[in-house]
Amino acid sequence: MNRVKLLALQALVMVVFLALWHVVTTTSLFGEVKTTQFFFSTPIAVLSRTWAQLTGSEIYWHLGITLTETVLAFVIGSAAGILFGFVFARNDLLAAVFDPYIKASNALPRVVLAPIFALWFGLGIWSKVALGFTLVFFIVFFNVYQGVREVSPTVLANARMLGMNERQLFRHVYWPSALTWMFSSLHTSVGFALVGAVVGEYLGSSAGLGYKIHEAESVFDVTGVFSGMLILAIFVIMIDSLVTMVERKLLVWRPGQSSTTT
Amino acid sequence: MELQQPPHGAAGATDVPSLGSSHRLDSAVALTGLDITFHLDGGHRYKAVTGIDLAVAAGEFVSVVGPTGCGKSTLLNAAAGLLTPSAGTVSIFGKPLSGLNRRAGYLFQADALMPWKTALDNVKVALEPMGVSDAEADRRAREWLARVGLRAFVDRYPHMLSGGQRKRVALAQMLIRDPEILLMDEPFGPLDAQTRQIMGNLLLDLWSRDRKALIFVTHDLEEAIALSDRVVVMSAGPAAGIVADYRVPLPRPRDIAEIRLEKAFHEIHRDIWASLRVEVQKAYAMGEGKDLVENKDLVDGAAS
Repeated sequence: MNRVKLLALQALVMVVFLALWHVVTTTSLFGEVKTTQFFFSTPIAVLSRTWAQLTGSEIYWHLGITLTETVLAFVIGSAAGILFGFVFARNDLLAAVFDPYIKASNALPRVVLAPIFALWFGLGIWSKVALGFTLVFFIVFFNVYQGVREVSPTVLANARMLGMNERQLFRHVYWPSALTWMFSSLHTSVGFALVGAVVGEYLGSSAGLGYKIHEAESVFDVTGVFSGMLILAIFVIMIDSLVTMVERKLLVWRPGQSSTTT
Repeated sequence: MELQQPPHGAAGATDVPSLGSSHRLDSAVALTGLDITFHLDGGHRYKAVTGIDLAVAAGEFVSVVGPTGCGKSTLLNAAAGLLTPSAGTVSIFGKPLSGLNRRAGYLFQADALMPWKTALDNVKVALEPMGVSDAEADRRAREWLARVGLRAFVDRYPHMLSGGQRKRVALAQMLIRDPEILLMDEPFGPLDAQTRQIMGNLLLDLWSRDRKALIFVTHDLEEAIALSDRVVVMSAGPAAGIVADYRVPLPRPRDIAEIRLEKAFHEIHRDIWASLRVEVQKAYAMGEGKDLVENKDLVDGAAS
């Protein structure tokens, strides 16, 4: 299928969806217009509200807060995940002893921690960073652990035969291998950092995108809720394509990632 | 033709110790009375090789042939210090080996290059443990890559290279450190027939410049004869030993594609194949219709 046809079909899906939405909420086919608009708003209202927000300045302040929380949760969570992943992978006893506790804490739905974090860290950004951290940490931890464990025994034996000491093995073998695994989960961990931030804001804060959505919801402003969701989606897509760009650059040596393969 | 020497194992029992040790002194690698037993999951033990006596002189190219799974690689790993023998000693230039063999380079059968480094960086990194400066390492790595015919491929990552090209990089990576002993574990095994010949000639060309002691493990008898000064035949595993040791009196320099056509080559091949065939058939009969679990009693029986 060629690109133009695909794009046309993709656009068609959106047009049909918006048209249906429009018909349902502006005609009396499905009940009283006032009622349907209360519950579903209208596409035109949502789009114009979104446009008004994006051309205003207030939303960027909220986006900035959410972005800060996301980046902090990602950076701190990754750093801790890498550190613990390495230590556990290189120490069998430690890994065996802590195994059930790590599994238990990873099994816990993180949302239940939000009130505790709000209590500990207040309603500012740090309670959201903490929530994102608990999500990012485990993804990075498990991937780094796996990456260090699954270094090819041949590559390792070869590096040792080349006379590398522990420090050099770390630099040239373990570290790149662990990073590969971490980068392969980059989309997931960045996504979860964002989820942590938004959910945290939603549950209790005075700024950020999650707060904006919550605020609209509490006054039954469905247009505001949908508009907030749309902005969130645009934001996520932008971050995700940024991650894809970073990934392409970092994993150039990987089969299938490069177009220069002969 | 007096090609066949008595197997080392057979002579071992009557060997005078002093004679044995003086013999070992001028050997680059000497394996004496080597036993290697693996402890498998579930308490089973697998005796891979037993009673191995093998001495390789400096400058000697020795091939080890034998049926699949006979413990050829195990032997090489013991010489490299990658695994510790259960009994017996490994001496390197007369000194008993403990830990990794720092004087040896190892060429693996599987891909051993770091996939996240370019060809150049893979070769350069071999000099880092020796404390060579970056600029100097860069210069020498480029020189070595040119020597193995990869001048135009220095910036390629391993996955962008063919199997033969990857072996060339691995060869350069090993040789740039100038090890005194070269250990090769079926290095050209995964390559196609033509590439193997080209790689064989490249290896002979590089080796003949400074003639290091070289142990070359292969299952390909023709390759072994074409390359080496000596061919050692191992018996079928488990508890494999050395059953024969032949000299290859073919003149050097050799072209391994052409040398196969010579009459002397055929005579040597016939002699060695006579002893190798028995072992290959034994190994084949053992593998036929039996998996490892069913072979357990056979394994234990052979070990005792």
